[in-house]
Amino acid sequence: MAAIQVVRSEWTKIRSVASTVWTLSIAVVVTLALGMLISALSKSEFDNLSRNERLSFDPTFISFAGMTLGQLAMIVFGVLVVSNEYSTGMIRTSLAAVPQRGTFLFSKIAVATGLALVVGMVTSFATFVLGQAMLGSHRASISDQGVLRAVIGGGLYMTLIAVFSMGVAAMLRSPMLSLGILMPFFFLISNILGNVPATRKVGRFLPDQAGSRIMQVVTPVDDDTPYGPWGGLGIMLLWVLAALVGGYAVLKRRDA
Amino acid sequence: MIEAVGLTKRYGDKTAVYNLSFQVRPGAVTGFLGPNGSGKSTTMRMILGLDNPTAGQVTIGGYPYRKLPNAPRQVGALLDAKAVHGGRHARNHLLSLAQLSGIPARRVDEVLGVVGLQDVAKKRSKGFSLGMGQRLGIAAALLGDPQVLLFDEPVNGLDPEGILWVRNLMKSLAAEGRTVFVSSHLMSEMALTADHLIVIGRGQLLSDMSVKDFISANSADFARVRTPDTEPQLREKLSSALTGAGGHVLPEQDGALRVTGLPLPRISDIAHDTDVRLWELSPHQASLEEAYMRMTQGAVDYRSTIDQKAGLMEPLPPGAQPPMPVPGQGQPGWYAPPPPQQGGQPFAMPQGQPGLPPAGPYGAPAGPGAAPAGQPNPYAQPAPQGAAPARPTAAPAQPSAPAAAPTKSEDAR
Repeated sequence: MAAIQVVRSEWTKIRSVASTVWTLSIAVVVTLALGMLISALSKSEFDNLSRNERLSFDPTFISFAGMTLGQLAMIVFGVLVVSNEYSTGMIRTSLAAVPQRGTFLFSKIAVATGLALVVGMVTSFATFVLGQAMLGSHRASISDQGVLRAVIGGGLYMTLIAVFSMGVAAMLRSPMLSLGILMPFFFLISNILGNVPATRKVGRFLPDQAGSRIMQVVTPVDDDTPYGPWGGLGIMLLWVLAALVGGYAVLKRRDA
Repeated sequence: MIEAVGLTKRYGDKTAVYNLSFQVRPGAVTGFLGPNGSGKSTTMRMILGLDNPTAGQVTIGGYPYRKLPNAPRQVGALLDAKAVHGGRHARNHLLSLAQLSGIPARRVDEVLGVVGLQDVAKKRSKGFSLGMGQRLGIAAALLGDPQVLLFDEPVNGLDPEGILWVRNLMKSLAAEGRTVFVSSHLMSEMALTADHLIVIGRGQLLSDMSVKDFISANSADFARVRTPDTEPQLREKLSSALTGAGGHVLPEQDGALRVTGLPLPRISDIAHDTDVRLWELSPHQASLEEAYMRMTQGAVDYRSTIDQKAGLMEPLPPGAQPPMPVPGQGQPGWYAPPPPQQGGQPFAMPQGQPGLPPAGPYGAPAGPGAAPAGQPNPYAQPAPQGAAPARPTAAPAQPSAPAAAPTKSEDAR
């Protein structure tokens, strides 16, 4: 009852600010453009690859290469949806209208998640189709083993990244602080941890590294990852749940 | 009905509100007064369940806010006029709040009309002036047609027309039997708007009484008597004579005497009998503002100091006098006298002499170097003149604390 009211209100809020349109369209455009570019480059470089590299060649995963940048826009979307309430002071008006803070937070996150899911799925399918078009003869087909799972997984991955950011923003409250932690983390730190041999075993349990496993169709030759595609998405989901629980606990306990 | 009992809020080791108990009754506008940082907004947030009290509780209609059934239809609040997303236009802002409380969208257009923002309903609130923001905030408070209304500083940034509108709105809301709780730091505004006053300072209750009682308790009439500056001994002479006659004499910062307990003609007679000339004998009424300031002076958190402009001043040419301090500035415990009010004078002066210039009614030629009529503050000290011997020239920062010496309640809590 109250939840339906909050959902309608949040939909009004989310559609009436420019940042929603901007962040989501940047996420789409960047993912598509970078995916196409890297797909085209991979096609022209294919003949120079070693035998091992050709065996690990994963046309589906390559077409999702744009997500490494596109996810940053999804992070901004997730952070702004939540922290706008705090930076503007709207949170007080909102919580005065909905004293049930849990209802408020989760209805808000549900609306933003729904929107992110739609945009994520569209992006994922579009970047797959366009990427495969660039790859020409090395392309994968949506009917190949595991490809449809990877494409749907790509949409889920982008959604979960946004939801994770919402949880973190609910904990930290400030947009600058949230972005200042999340952006470098996903753009640099996670990659470094995942590629330095010493930290690789830890790094692959980070949300983005584990979650992106769902988009792989061809397993790399010397792969020793202890989880499969759905296992990886499950690890990411745990991170997301932890962030949401943390955000809820902070909102419930602290003064608005 | 809002009821606070022993309400206390601490942020770390800073106590924002301490042991506050009060009731806000329906059918009246209750003013909530206090200096900046005295805990007004914190109290408002606790009433709305946004901040959890460290101790004590506050209820609306018997329920703590977070347990109040259908809260947004019972209580409307304006907390911060700037608490809007600047990129969202006014109507959508209100629409999202209306949907949050299950209020139909047509009510949004109604309240936009009530606050006079219908023409800018589709404009982004980023471009709103502070006054327009206040109107938008008031619209949000009115959305649910609530029985209890809270307004935190609603007249900030409003033009005179807007202030009048808010004043009438508050009164009409209260006349409909609603509970209206308005915070302000402007005593003058509250004196016109409120029926009841709750005054706090440093988070503690200073006064809780009706405006009528507050006025009669705090605005005592007094007479200002000024003897010739050139003969300070006359002042002492008159002072002791007045005290002997049963008057109560307080010296003012600029050398005048503030006399209570004696009617003006009697003061004049005493002066005549003791052979003291008078430069001024004028009736005054301590303003509510002054009463309020006296009440809160020990509780002001942010106080200005004299701007010494160290290192910025050019050395004075030999023989020149340093500039006179403006009376009252940076001097706790001293308040500027109220302006002469037509018709508000209990003594002597016949009422209604509209033609007279502001400095005229007292008719006292203020002696050599007097301020010409029409100058902003006729009570200000005469400009420094060569023959002003016993004047505190270069000691502006010393609070002489004439009236009630500021009892520095450093840590009374």
